[in-house]
Amino acid sequence: MAERKLLPRDSDDEGSLLSRLGTDSPKPRVKFGGMFCNVEGAYENKTLNFESSTSPTDGSTSPTDSSTSPTDGSTTDRLIIKGGKIVNDDQSFYADIYVEDGTIKQIGENLLVPGGVKTVDAYGHIVIPGGIDVNTSLQTSQLGMSPSDDFYHGTKAALAGGTTMIIDHVVPEPGASLLGAYDQWKDIADRGSCCDYSLHMDITRWHDGLFEEMESLVKNKGVNSFLIFMAYKDKFQSSDSQMYEMFGIIRDLGAIAQVHAENGDIIDEEQKRLLELGITGPEGHVLCHPEEVETEAVYRAITIAKQANCPLYITKVMSKSAADVIAKARKKGMVVYGEPITASLGTDGSHYWSKNWAKAAAFVMSPPLSPDPSTPDYLNSLLSCGDLQVTASGHSTFSTAQKAVGKDNFTLIPEGTNGIEERLAIVWEKAVATGKMDENEFVAVTSTNAAKLFNLYPRKGRIAVGSDADIVIWNPKETKTISAATHALTVEINIFEGMEVRGAPVVVISQGKIVLEGGKLNVTEGSGRFVPRKAYPDFIYKRIKARSKMADARGVPRGNYDGPVHDVISMTKSVPATPSSRGPQCPGKGPLGPTRNLHQSGFTLSGTQIDDHIPRRSAQRIVAPPGGRSNITSLS
Amino acid sequence: MSDCRRQWNRENELPVYLAGTITTGPNQRKSYGMFSSVDGACDSKTVDCDNFSAGRRGTRTPRSDSRDRGRERERGRERERGRERERDSGRERERDRGRERDERLLIKGGRVVNDDLSQYADVYVEDGLIKQVGDNLEVPDDVRVLEVNGCLVIPGGIDVNTCLMKPHLGCSPVDDFYLGSRAALAGGTTMIIDHVTPQPGDSLLEAFELWQESADRKCCCDYSLHVDLPHWHPGVKDELEVLVQEKGINSFQVYMSYKDSFQMTDSQLYEVFSFLKELGAVVMLHAENGDLIAQEQRKVLSLGITGPEGHPLSHPEELEAEAVFRAITIGNRVNCPVYITKVMSKTAADTITQARRRGSVVFGEPITASLATDGSHYWSKNWAKAAAYVTSPPLSPDPTTPEHLHDLLACGDLQVVGSAHCAYSTSQKAIGKDDFTLIPEGTNGIEERMGFVWDKAVATGKMDANQFVAVTSTNTAKIFNLYPRKGRIAVGSDADIVIWDPDRTKTITSKLQQSALEYNIFEGMVCRGGPVVVVTQGRVVYEEGEGLRVQQGSGRFIPRQAFPDYAYQRITTRSKVKGKQGVSRGMYDGPVYDVLATPKYITPSPSAKTSPTSQQPPPIRNLHQSNFSLSGAQFDDNIPRRSGQRIVAPPGGRSNITNLG
Repeated sequence: MAERKLLPRDSDDEGSLLSRLGTDSPKPRVKFGGMFCNVEGAYENKTLNFESSTSPTDGSTSPTDSSTSPTDGSTTDRLIIKGGKIVNDDQSFYADIYVEDGTIKQIGENLLVPGGVKTVDAYGHIVIPGGIDVNTSLQTSQLGMSPSDDFYHGTKAALAGGTTMIIDHVVPEPGASLLGAYDQWKDIADRGSCCDYSLHMDITRWHDGLFEEMESLVKNKGVNSFLIFMAYKDKFQSSDSQMYEMFGIIRDLGAIAQVHAENGDIIDEEQKRLLELGITGPEGHVLCHPEEVETEAVYRAITIAKQANCPLYITKVMSKSAADVIAKARKKGMVVYGEPITASLGTDGSHYWSKNWAKAAAFVMSPPLSPDPSTPDYLNSLLSCGDLQVTASGHSTFSTAQKAVGKDNFTLIPEGTNGIEERLAIVWEKAVATGKMDENEFVAVTSTNAAKLFNLYPRKGRIAVGSDADIVIWNPKETKTISAATHALTVEINIFEGMEVRGAPVVVISQGKIVLEGGKLNVTEGSGRFVPRKAYPDFIYKRIKARSKMADARGVPRGNYDGPVHDVISMTKSVPATPSSRGPQCPGKGPLGPTRNLHQSGFTLSGTQIDDHIPRRSAQRIVAPPGGRSNITSLS
Repeated sequence: MSDCRRQWNRENELPVYLAGTITTGPNQRKSYGMFSSVDGACDSKTVDCDNFSAGRRGTRTPRSDSRDRGRERERGRERERGRERERDSGRERERDRGRERDERLLIKGGRVVNDDLSQYADVYVEDGLIKQVGDNLEVPDDVRVLEVNGCLVIPGGIDVNTCLMKPHLGCSPVDDFYLGSRAALAGGTTMIIDHVTPQPGDSLLEAFELWQESADRKCCCDYSLHVDLPHWHPGVKDELEVLVQEKGINSFQVYMSYKDSFQMTDSQLYEVFSFLKELGAVVMLHAENGDLIAQEQRKVLSLGITGPEGHPLSHPEELEAEAVFRAITIGNRVNCPVYITKVMSKTAADTITQARRRGSVVFGEPITASLATDGSHYWSKNWAKAAAYVTSPPLSPDPTTPEHLHDLLACGDLQVVGSAHCAYSTSQKAIGKDDFTLIPEGTNGIEERMGFVWDKAVATGKMDANQFVAVTSTNTAKIFNLYPRKGRIAVGSDADIVIWDPDRTKTITSKLQQSALEYNIFEGMVCRGGPVVVVTQGRVVYEEGEGLRVQQGSGRFIPRQAFPDYAYQRITTRSKVKGKQGVSRGMYDGPVYDVLATPKYITPSPSAKTSPTSQQPPPIRNLHQSNFSLSGAQFDDNIPRRSGQRIVAPPGGRSNITNLG
């Protein structure tokens, strides 16, 4: 467990950090060949031996988290799953699975197991790794309102839909300490979450000490992903300079940069214009968040990430053109990943024009659903061919009463849709049942890719000996109708209302315990463990590291220029006189120059100036006459 | 052509001078066949500007003016001002004018090439205007006859992007309006549009007058001016209105680059676009992501790279493409025509192509340098040579770039060729000898522009002569509303004519050039095609073998009207068609969650992205402090504030909602 080895040595310099990476690489897997290779030992290289490195706390298979004591009986939970077809992202095979202590102990036929083991029958079904939902906001309040689905209800719904792990976004108040927000989130999640969880950190504002906090989060707190906002002007939005510096920091820390990609400046202007036009309903939301604004931001984010050589992850890909930009960038070799969400895969934005205000408002989220009805099909196709990699839910629900805060002004409608519960079923229905992707790809986009990107693999996202026993038994034939009446959420409106989906979980096993069986949910509030993620996920950083080595720019060795030099008069105007363009200097990178108040236009020459090293004269004198031939070092 | 027709039809009352000529519609053109050179064939295509304003200097405004009667007064004023200027400029100019009038020319035996057709015809020029086009012209006896023996007769080039007076750190380019326009004429360009570049804080009007005054004194060919916006605040709006409505400026450049001096934020760009669209002006963009450039420059300098190669390293191609993409996005949102100056890389050009394919109104302008050479020279061992190539956006190090840009020009995806001529001497460039960020930016190209397009595109078979005329002259005239006065050989157009010899070859060298630069970036390149004779304002200013005969200060300022059809017709229609409408719904009568008055979401913005025009200058705040303040109007003032958070409807409970659909 390399992540734990890191913990006591957080002061390590990056060099040694790098050297230890890759030791647990999943590479050797292929060597053991065979479609049905399930002899013991075949999986040794793929998994981590959790027991050996922690002093075994009672009943807890959790690697780091001893604060949450799972309810008693978790040790006695021994299961054997019989007769199912195991589907991983690379292969499918028939085998039985023996689960003990929350981990998968054996895979194979005719397993030797102790007596008294509960048998789960999976004949005719497929056995897949539990889904990982990498984008939920179960605690992020908007306008002071908490989402109607908190960690308990949200994770309950997740489990009901076959998702056994979530990664939630920590959104600190702008200006607040990241560590403080992290602790707050973790505390709430530890008490409420019913399934394993991890946390992304959102950067909402620059402040002093941000870099140190980020470093501490990565090295001590098990956070390896940071989200930056390009939208929400005057609230969360970062400037291009800030993004560039942030990307540099994130790369140096070995984390992943996520962006909420929309051009906040344009949105802000369009919002003003629309409100002036008298459009106040939810349709105003989609009108002022046009598709191309998303596309532009995606393009810009990719450009900046390319410059900073930082891996980039675009959250919530909602439109065809944005997805196309990602696909094109990948073709050009950029390390960028795209995440469509349940809503963009399952429905479209035509409902914003619904006559029913409550229904229209339920669809409000940023970036909005595209009104183009061919979008879901298109995104499913890109997902199938690998141009998009991960599905998430973007789950953040607000009740109709909460949404109604914006009944007279669409900009105040709290943003977010449901999707945590429907995610797997919708991907199955739209992509697998229609023949776009196979079951292995289904596992990849709902679970394995996410685990790889965020360095949870192979503990999560794979059915293998040593992996966590997060297992879903999936019945591809079952048909179900999504409805607010039957979902596990508290929100009154389900945006997928009335949609018929094929494929549903029959049994869901989380941490080795059956939480869903026979249509009955049996969850324990607070049983979810925090799963720390270490930096430098191989899946992403191998390429980045190789490129860093290659990308060193070199100057040209030249003789000194010995020709005449035009004298420059001292120009007071070179001092920025107008509010600086795209946001203030960021505090991230130490002493880059004296701090200037960018809103003041008083010229001052105190402090170092950009042209200090040019001798100042009071007049302009030309040393060489214009047009005259000058005496230039001529080496070539 | 068809353009003029559209405009005429739109006008309710036809101007006097058109009444006669409209009878033969240009639709009939085709019946005259490919070599139609009978008299009258060209009648309906052109405007007899003569009747209208008698060719008086400084007063000739394009005909579309007549649309607006309210402007009559202004024109009167303008005319007076023009007369004053004339008087001021003294007797010597009167003499010029006298000679000018005497100059009557008959260009015989050439093939007249316009952007839409080529024909064998003679051209008769009098009073600085083209009076007749056709065979067997009846002309007075004392006419100078130019026998051109099958050479092409093309409209003089229009160089849409020059910077002959742009100061950099206090030094002016070595090629001023006199030397620059001389070089232009020598290369077959008979009109330039120069950039007025005020510094941040300067008044636009003052800068404009400064430029105009200098150009009036020095410029040898007709000129017009773009105005660059160095900053954006409410006062600028008034100045812009004056410039558009009284001064004859219809194009303004904004910068997405040069952080902390010229750069504008997206919000500002949005506002500038919206405002200029109302005025009917064309927005030109210097498209590069200035934020990232500033970062990259710092990084490159910190690596110890101080030579000119640091310039392309800190201005990678992607940043240009990104900014182009962003500019087009904003242009689409505002529904405003966007003109990208200096397209230097394949990716930027492709971005424009794709946007045009999606229907955006966007124009792209590659320049001489990007069409003829590439950025490999930045790595030259010779500092002076490497520095001579420094321009922004930089030349792409990819050697296939020129070919690609020519392909796009030929197929119409890029429309206009400029030169971005901005010449700094080696000693001026040497200001940045220890720090590439201080090297003044700009390359030459005003003289070589036409030649290289011919050599690289026409002589290689990529484009035909008509397209050559389109990209070097006609398209510019259309986009900037100079057409058909400029950019066309037709009766009534200005006599800016170039006799072009396709077979001539020339080796570019700084020894033979007109520019005062020591270093020509095209040094040693061989160029097929070139001007034999250049006629501007009806006078022969250049003849092969005899060199240039120019008159300093003979150039006239050409005012340009707002709302050029070529750029604005689509825009106007779209504005009408694409109105946004809300959904009419019953009132929402369900429960509403009470919002706690939260100070946290309305904290002062840390980003300077708020545009100063939309609100009063923001109070000075320490950007790194997060002190909450509730003073002043807040964005959620309309929501009643309560001290506590109360849920009107229990979460999860079914609420009572207006159910209409």
